[in-house]
Amino acid sequence: MIHIQQIRKSYRMGALSLEVLKGIDLTINEGELVSIMGPSGSGKSTLLNILGILDQYQEGEYHLAGTLMKNLSERKAAYYRNHYLGFVFQSFHLLEFKNALENVALPLYYQKVSRRRRNRQAMELLERVGLADRAQHMPNELSGGQKQRVAIARALISDPKVILADEPTGALDSQTSDQVMDLFREVNASGKTVVIVTHEAEIAAKTARTIHLRDGVVQNETHQVGAAS
Amino acid sequence: MFDYDKWQEIFATIMKNKLRTLLTMFGVFWGLFLMLLLLGTGEGLRNGVTKDFSAWATSSGFVWGRRTTLPYKGLRPGRAINFDLDDALAIENEIAELDALAPRIQLGGFGGSNNVVYGDKTAAFSVYGDVPAYHRLLKVDFVKGRGINPRDVAERRKIAVIGSEVHRVLYAKGEDPIGTYIRLNGVFFKVVGVFKSRRTGNAAGRDVQSVHVPLTAAQQAFNRGKGIDWFGFIAKSGSSAAVVEGKMMDVIKRRKRIHPDDVNALGHNNLEEDFNRMRGLFDGLRWFVWFVGLGTLAAGVIGVSNIMLIVVRERTREIGIRRAIGATPLSIVTLIIQEAVVLTAFAGYVGLLLGIGVIEALNQVVGTNASMFLRPSVDFQTAVLSLVILVVGGCLAGLIPAQRAASIRPIEAIQS
Ligand SMILES: Nc1ncnc2c1ncn2[C@@H]1O[C@H](COP(=O)(O)OP(=O)(O)O)[C@@H](O)[C@H]1O
Ligand SMILES: [Mg+2]
Repeated sequence: MIHIQQIRKSYRMGALSLEVLKGIDLTINEGELVSIMGPSGSGKSTLLNILGILDQYQEGEYHLAGTLMKNLSERKAAYYRNHYLGFVFQSFHLLEFKNALENVALPLYYQKVSRRRRNRQAMELLERVGLADRAQHMPNELSGGQKQRVAIARALISDPKVILADEPTGALDSQTSDQVMDLFREVNASGKTVVIVTHEAEIAAKTARTIHLRDGVVQNETHQVGAAS
Repeated sequence: MFDYDKWQEIFATIMKNKLRTLLTMFGVFWGLFLMLLLLGTGEGLRNGVTKDFSAWATSSGFVWGRRTTLPYKGLRPGRAINFDLDDALAIENEIAELDALAPRIQLGGFGGSNNVVYGDKTAAFSVYGDVPAYHRLLKVDFVKGRGINPRDVAERRKIAVIGSEVHRVLYAKGEDPIGTYIRLNGVFFKVVGVFKSRRTGNAAGRDVQSVHVPLTAAQQAFNRGKGIDWFGFIAKSGSSAAVVEGKMMDVIKRRKRIHPDDVNALGHNNLEEDFNRMRGLFDGLRWFVWFVGLGTLAAGVIGVSNIMLIVVRERTREIGIRRAIGATPLSIVTLIIQEAVVLTAFAGYVGLLLGIGVIEALNQVVGTNASMFLRPSVDFQTAVLSLVILVVGGCLAGLIPAQRAASIRPIEAIQS
């Protein structure tokens, strides 16, 4: 599903060039539940953004579902983001002036799905994440855990192949973190590839496979026995 | 493009920044309001001023005699030029472009006024000897009775047509003047008509303080023989008043043995130049108004553009999120442009309505009383045109902010 080879990425800062990813090789198969772990500043977010076609890379190749993702036009990038990928962010990134239902339905709007159909689908997903009774609530009327569940529902609505989550539990207490992680495992169990970036070992422990990142290279990989995959 | 979600979003952003939106929209509103007000009052001024012109036959004028200033064929300068009916006949015969000639005399000479008596009332009014053509040259509206007709002139009938002010002054309230006799310079004339002026102000006052009798009857009653004081004329439609005027003067100069270069021997005046000058003035005024109005409108549109830029900056994160979940740059562009169009169009529409409202109110208040102001109005075309300008302006206002919005990279927006 995800196949990257010798990805290099550096940020230009004036005259200096800061190399953040220093040649990363990684293959993630369809249906895997993977975590990317590493200390702060190790390049986890940078890697995930590249996987999400939100950012560009300078060297190497990235194939998503067999297609090379390099130098895409903005329209193409929007298409792949919309159809193949679902994002979940640490700070949720919901639109404040839209209620939970509308937030969940938004990706389908960009797929030109009719209003009635996308609201119906959004409602189904809210039920699935256990928030059907909060459908009409605005984001500021929801707790952190609820917001993240709405965000997960939104990531799922376009029926993407891959869910990418950047520190999805970073802003949550441990109990809600567990709930959110359970939800991710459930999503994974339904057949979706899930990639979670985290710096917490407890979170990584709930995934089947952990890729350890350090200073822009893959240090090693660990597999958790007993974790769902 | 015009789907429910976009409307909802536009409404949401507008409600989020009420004051700022209001201030921005005020710029556009004020621009259009002022433009319409200027156009409307300009139109009122034009109507008011040209109303006096519309009383005149379009291509018409006057020719009168003065004194010669050049010796010619043994005649000494300083000779007074007087006309008579033979001159009138010669002019009518010789000039093909002439539609109608209106030879006139005035009792007491040009500008003179005379005692007009009815019963025991006496007042000073201007008294003219006229042919029917004069009421075509300077049109009036008959309130009662009729004007002078050809038979009145042919049979030298002692009839009179009086202005509404003459009627008001000489007669008791509600008294019908038709069929009564008034005394002009001691001679009785039967009143057959009362007229109102089509002009306004002083000119209208002069019009309605006059008495018109058949030219021939006046010549006979007041011992003027075949004498004519001056000529009015109407050129055939499509012919120039100036040309007819020139030809008339040529005929007169030949008949009166005036030196061809003696420009002072004859006086002349035609409304053609005045017409053209007036039209030029108002066309100029109209351009000026459009210029000022569009300038104000442009300022308003630039204001909208500025606000949209700020809004786009504030919405960077939101736009980034949209991009991350699959929004194309085009969908962002249309969102921003549509918002700009809605803001300008709505504000402009309110300005349009209020502008038209104020002009209508002005119309009601001023009515037909003011001398230089009549029927201020904005025609449908102008209203539609200004709306089109607004929508185009709205698009332009949204263009730069939309471009800025489309260039937002999702990664930057989400990281911030
Ligand atoms: N837009 C950017 N410009 C310059 N440097 C950046 C930018 N984004 C991230 N970095 C740098 O790249 C390194 C890796 O960042 P990041 O991928 O966010 O790390 P992590 O998510 O693992 O904490 C950090 O040193 C960070 O300062
Ligand atoms: Mg990070």
